[in-house]
Amino acid sequence: MGVLASYSIEIASEDGVVRVRNQVREVALRAGFDAFAVAAISTAASELTRNAWVHGGGGAARVEEVEEAGRRGVRVDFRDAGPGIQDVERALRGGFSTRRSLGLGLSGTRRLVDEFSIDSTVGVGTHIVIAKWARLGARA
Amino acid sequence: MSASGIPVIRIRNTLLSAIQGDLSDQVAEAFQQHLLTRIEATGASGVLLDISALEIVDTYVARVLVDTAKMARLMGARTVLVGMRPEVAATLINMGNGLDGLETALNVDDGLDHLGTLRSG
Ligand SMILES: Nc1ncnc2c1ncn2[C@@H]1O[C@H](COP(=O)(O)OP(=O)(O)O)[C@@H](O)[C@H]1O
Ligand SMILES: [Mg+2]
Repeated sequence: MGVLASYSIEIASEDGVVRVRNQVREVALRAGFDAFAVAAISTAASELTRNAWVHGGGGAARVEEVEEAGRRGVRVDFRDAGPGIQDVERALRGGFSTRRSLGLGLSGTRRLVDEFSIDSTVGVGTHIVIAKWARLGARA
Repeated sequence: MSASGIPVIRIRNTLLSAIQGDLSDQVAEAFQQHLLTRIEATGASGVLLDISALEIVDTYVARVLVDTAKMARLMGARTVLVGMRPEVAATLINMGNGLDGLETALNVDDGLDHLGTLRSG
């Protein structure tokens, strides 16, 4: 997989949510995503950035335009050094929140992207990587 | 206009607000307070929240919209969400978020009609 462009964004306030989302949108449009795919990856990025800020106490995101076997995609890497997730399975199942909110962020995000990986260690932090690919035949 | 920067205008007994820009926690709270104050001041019995300018609705924004409608309902006003974009509707459902009973209509015109039937119903 080739990385065509890469942008690092600090998540040090609520503003990070908008900055990461806008960068993801720009890269997704450049990669040839249609409106539905742009909304999906932008929403996923919004959820995970907000989680890194609200639950993880801040961190960083790296937004990448990627290419593999002739197709374009967007990959986003989120990292925080927060408390980590006690029970990742349960958090991914949905409907679970330690903040009395909807608890649909992680479970929903997973359904919006093509690739999702999570590595969370209590007391160390959380690292999540998502990727979504432009539909074959999409103009890039 | 309020501290939120989101205008709320009155059309007869309905308040119309076009949500735009990025809803930070502070903006969301200021908007909710302004809208509720306007309901009291005008005696409006209906609210139309136009979200046609929103490119995404994540679970946080969804929560703000649902909560705003519930607050207005407690005061006696009905809320109809109008103008949701196709990609936003698809994303919400794919995420498993049906927006918890919020009334919706295609556009402001249909929203006004829908409020009419809610009032007489
Ligand atoms: N980056 C993170 N660091 C620590 N805990 C997290 C993080 N992301 C998610 N969580 C935990 O997983 C739960 C579910 O997350 P999510 O599905 O986004 O729901 P919500 O954010 O609405 O609570 C959160 O309530 C929190 O306990
Ligand atoms: Mg969340």
